Amino acid sequence: MKKIEAVIQPFKLDEVKEALKGIGIDGMTVIEVRGHGRQKGHKEVYRGQEYEVDLLPKVKLELVVPTDRADEVVKTLVAAAQTGKIGDGKIFVSDIAEAVRIRNDERGEAAL
Amino acid sequence: MVRGSLALMLLSGSLMAQTDVNQKIAGLESAVRAAQSAGDNAWMLVSAALVLMMTGPGLALFYGGLVRRKNVLSTMMHSFVLMAVVTVLWGIFGYSLAFGDGNPFVGGLNFAFLNNVGGAPNSDYAPTIPQQTFMVYQLMFAVITPALISGAFAERMKFSAMLLFTSLWLLLVYLPMAHMVWGKGGFLNAFLGGTVPSLDFAGGTVVHITSGVSALVCALYLGKRLGYPHEPMKPHSVVLSSIGACLLWVGWFGFNAGSALGASALATSAFVATHFGAAAATLGWMAAEWWKSGKPSALGAISGAVAGLVAITPAAGFVKPMHALAIGFAAGIVCYLMVGVVKHKFGYDDTLDAFGVHGAGGTLGAILTGVFATSAVNDALKDAAGKPQALGWIDGNAGQVVNQAIGVAIAWALAIVGTLLILKVCDMVVGVRVDPDHETQGLDLSMHGEEGYNFEA
Repeated sequence: MKKIEAVIQPFKLDEVKEALKGIGIDGMTVIEVRGHGRQKGHKEVYRGQEYEVDLLPKVKLELVVPTDRADEVVKTLVAAAQTGKIGDGKIFVSDIAEAVRIRNDERGEAAL
Repeated sequence: MVRGSLALMLLSGSLMAQTDVNQKIAGLESAVRAAQSAGDNAWMLVSAALVLMMTGPGLALFYGGLVRRKNVLSTMMHSFVLMAVVTVLWGIFGYSLAFGDGNPFVGGLNFAFLNNVGGAPNSDYAPTIPQQTFMVYQLMFAVITPALISGAFAERMKFSAMLLFTSLWLLLVYLPMAHMVWGKGGFLNAFLGGTVPSLDFAGGTVVHITSGVSALVCALYLGKRLGYPHEPMKPHSVVLSSIGACLLWVGWFGFNAGSALGASALATSAFVATHFGAAAATLGWMAAEWWKSGKPSALGAISGAVAGLVAITPAAGFVKPMHALAIGFAAGIVCYLMVGVVKHKFGYDDTLDAFGVHGAGGTLGAILTGVFATSAVNDALKDAAGKPQALGWIDGNAGQVVNQAIGVAIAWALAIVGTLLILKVCDMVVGVRVDPDHETQGLDLSMHGEEGYNFEA
């Protein structure tokens, strides 16, 4: 099993969800996060006090999929989340040792 | 014989008619008085409620939105708890020390425990409304004034110290100042036998200079918040602050137009001046900020409105609408420079700019009142011949600016000395500043044991 973590632009979330549904993936966890890579932040001014805001709002998707589907999912994610501009985000893929369905204690890929 | 008795009958008839007419006139007079009293009292009760609305929710939201989220409740509590504390103190001794018969500097104790403060008017202050209405209206001013100071010590003062500080401050700074400006025989009272006739319609010196200058003293005495100015300390919700500012604007009609103490044309004049001052100041601040930092912010616009309302407070009821625009516009620009430039240059941490807005705006407004006050708006002051007396510089009375400056100087001096003294006492008794750990944790948790926004709820 592979875990795919994708940090994307918030406004791309709907498109990405649709695309994943299109290849038969509907389980995922979505988290509102803040962060930055190469994208620069912006300046905010409150009563003359300047603040550099470099942690920008992003959305993070976490999915765990069978190993043989990981590539396809990553390709779909990239295609759906891409605008070609700095700030599109990143995808990380890692190995997962075990998955458990809490309802009935199923293990492994069957629990996904 | 017959003729004589006829004449007697006619005479007694006309005598009877005469007493009848007299009675009718007396009845009408008292009915007119009752009608005016009903109208005035209705407006003054509404005004009192409007002024309370300025503290809670107005100021509580305005200040609450400007702090970090970990201090939102403690900041709102500063305003809210004063609605309770000041009310109790006002009933026991506050009203009496401000408006009782005393010397030029403080009132006596003849109204202590609200003795003799009932449904009958006090003709010295407000002859058409029950003295209890006047008392409760003035109470609302005493509530908001110390609440304004809390903007300077927000996010770092112990709650116990805050209670002690504001109670003593009411006693030593607010009550003497209120008596000097508004009390009968007060040193600065232009209308009731003051030595230096200073014009302050609704509290430029009494409310805004005393609170604003005391705020600066608090900010300097307490020192900066941990991490200021390196750590980001953005307002956690300009949304809350915007709602608060709008409530302040509306409530201010009670504050200024209510200070006419009746539902009169003077109240209308003060209402209009207040509104025009706020509008012009909004634009003044916005323009200055747009020019200086490139963008007109929502926080800037609402701050400008409050600055304008502060500056027009002493002048409302004395100035024409176009002069109110001028006073407001000037206040918007000056207060922007105070909080946007001067504060950063000197480096003091006036957390929510109580000094920059209320101290600076109040001082500017008090001085400009001496310039623009005119008997065309307010003819209550008469000379020996019974003609309306010239009020401000535009009436040809340039000396009024000096009188205003004396009033300002006394307010500043009283605020500085009184606040410093009280802070020392509070520091000795309970300690004014929270532990660094508590400050980092936030005052909501460390002082009150709760949080404004609960993730798990």
